[in-house]
Amino acid sequence: MNSQPVDLIDRAIVEATQGGLPLVPQPYHVIAESIGVSPEVVIRRMQAMEKRGLIRRIGAVPNHYALGYSANGMTVWDVLNDHADTLGARIGALDFVTHCYRRPRRLPDWRYNLFAMVHGHDRAEVEAKAALIAEMLHPYCRAHTILYSTRILKKTGLRI
Amino acid sequence: MDDIDRNIINRLQGGFPVCERPYQAAAEQLGIDEGELLARLKHLLNNRTLTRFGPMYQIERMGGAFSLAAMRVPEADFERVAGIVNAMPEVAHNYQRQHALNMWFVMATETPDGIATAIEKIEAATGLHVINVPKEREYFVGARFQA
Repeated sequence: MNSQPVDLIDRAIVEATQGGLPLVPQPYHVIAESIGVSPEVVIRRMQAMEKRGLIRRIGAVPNHYALGYSANGMTVWDVLNDHADTLGARIGALDFVTHCYRRPRRLPDWRYNLFAMVHGHDRAEVEAKAALIAEMLHPYCRAHTILYSTRILKKTGLRI
Repeated sequence: MDDIDRNIINRLQGGFPVCERPYQAAAEQLGIDEGELLARLKHLLNNRTLTRFGPMYQIERMGGAFSLAAMRVPEADFERVAGIVNAMPEVAHNYQRQHALNMWFVMATETPDGIATAIEKIEAATGLHVINVPKEREYFVGARFQA
């Protein structure tokens, strides 16, 4: 398990910032005040969490629907095991792939071990991007398909 | 949305500094002043062009367990099953997808055992088999959305 417990101060910072940073000139000072530590502690802790990878990045999170990316396809690939990690790293680095994971096969129900979420303005764009992925995976991919979402049934956001 | 907004969205999806006056530092990089960056970010959040401005956490590393699971739900039974799955606090996201496996949901629990327990509950309540595909490896993700 790739888990790394965080202490109470880190946890308080995560809770105070997971909804967003205050839009004031000194946001880290505001956070510091709300959790009762000095601004220097908040700044140092956040820099450390960034370095450890607990913070992936800090910045703007666009609403991809508002930017016109209304088609999203979960592309799934049956990639030869020995090549999955090398190829997965290459697919994840593509600028149109927002998530890329290796997952177990569940035969006979599910044969695909590589998942890449692809966003596009429409399905044709998602399919063109999936075709690029297919080229990159050739000849190590035995089958693939695209699962489009047709309805969001629940979305709460992952929060600690 | 004008060129300055587009520039903010395209260049500020990461790399926002952690320092005394981060908006001032970021604004300088964008060639605008701190007040304008703050005003534009407020506007982009208010009109929902941005969903959030701040740190994106790798929440899996904070402890807890996560998994993706899928079910093959008969169309006639879909709403009943969706009601059962959505009512579970362990289910964070749930999507209908076009495939024989037509329901896909993300579970988040405090412990790895929590995932297994949630799956057992869903199987018992729905009478359907749950296919659990937890992530084995995450690859570096380079995506940025272009405005």
